[in-house]
Amino acid sequence: MSSTKTPRVEEPNVVEGDSQWLLWEVFVQAENGSAHEHAGSVRAPDRELALQNARDVFARRGPVRSIWIVPAEAITASSSADAASFFDPGDDKVYRHPQFYKVPKGMQ
Amino acid sequence: MKTPPPLQKDVQDACFEYLLRLGDDLLVLGHRLSEWCGHAGILEEDIALANLALDCLGQANNFLTLAGQIEGKGRTADDLAYFRDETEFRNCALVEQLNGDFATTIARHFLFCTASFYLYEKLQESSFKPLAAIAKKSLKEIIYHHRHSREWIIRLGDGTPESHLRAQQALNELWMFTAELHQTDALEAKLVQEGIAADRATLLGKWQQTVSQVLNEATLTIPPDGYMYSGARIGRHTEYLGHILSEMQIVARSHPNARW
Repeated sequence: MSSTKTPRVEEPNVVEGDSQWLLWEVFVQAENGSAHEHAGSVRAPDRELALQNARDVFARRGPVRSIWIVPAEAITASSSADAASFFDPGDDKVYRHPQFYKVPKGMQ
Repeated sequence: MKTPPPLQKDVQDACFEYLLRLGDDLLVLGHRLSEWCGHAGILEEDIALANLALDCLGQANNFLTLAGQIEGKGRTADDLAYFRDETEFRNCALVEQLNGDFATTIARHFLFCTASFYLYEKLQESSFKPLAAIAKKSLKEIIYHHRHSREWIIRLGDGTPESHLRAQQALNELWMFTAELHQTDALEAKLVQEGIAADRATLLGKWQQTVSQVLNEATLTIPPDGYMYSGARIGRHTEYLGHILSEMQIVARSHPNARW
C-alpha cells in the first residue's frame, strides 16, 4: 500500500482569531493537455486535505485527470475599481483583434 | 452483470454465504456513514463521508447481486438487503458500531478499510472471475478510503490534546471488534482451497503492520488485545444492528414491490 509519509510542508498562514479552515482555490483538468480551469473553492486545514476535499467536491462527477489546489491568499486579483482603466481600452479598437486575416480553407 | 459460471452445490452454498459476508460489511458500513449526511462538522467533510457511503453501497450492491445469482433462487440485491432479519446478516460487528464522534467514525473506517485493502488485493486473483472483477473495481475506491481515513487519524492523533484523547478513546472502544476482520472458519477454508476466497488469517500481519505504522505516526497507542468479540459472521450481532435494519428496511417492508 502506498504509505507515503504525510508531507509536513510549510502551510499557508493561519489568520489569528479566524475559526474557519484555510481557503483554497481548486483548478480541475478534464483531459490530458487541456488547461486546468477554476472549479470553485474549498476549506481545508492543509494541502493534503485540501486536495482530498477538492476531489470529493469537484471531481466525483465527470471526467477529471488532475486537480490543482492553490492557497487563496497566494492569488493576487485586480480590483473592480481598476476595471475601467485595465480593460475598457481594448473595447473600441477593432484592430487589436487579429481578425483581418483570411484563414485558408484547410486551416479552419 | 453476466450470469456466473456454475459451481458445485456445496461450493455454491459456501460462496453464497461468503458473498453475504463481503456484501453485508459494506451495506451496513455504508448505511452508518450515510447517517452523517447533513451532520458533519464542515461541509467538505460532509460530502466526503457521503461519497464514502455511496462507494460502500455500490460495492454492497455488486456483492449482493452476485450472491443472489449464486444462490439461484431469484433474489435480488434489494431482496437480500431489505428482507433478511438481523440474525441472517453476515457483517462483522465493527461496521455496525455507532458513529459516535468524528474520531470514532474515522477510526472505525480506518481499521476496516485497511483490512479491505489487503482482502481485495488478494481477491483480485480469485479463481471465481465475477468475484475477482468486483474486488478489482472496489480496490480503487478502497485505496482512497484508506488515504482519507489514514490522513485524518494522523491529524486527530497528532493534533490537539482533545483530538488525541478522542482518537485514542475511539481506538480503545473499537479494538475488541477488530479480531473478526481476520477470523476464518471451515466455510472460508473450503473456499480458500478452491481458490475462490482469500485466507484472511494470512492478511493479518500486513494489517497489523500498516495499522501500527499509521498509529505510530499519529502518536496513538495500539490497544492491547483484551476480550475480542466474535460471532457476528454467524448472526450473533451487537445490539446496534437491529436498530439500523429497522430504519433501513422500514420503507421497503411497508411497501413491498414498490417501484419509483
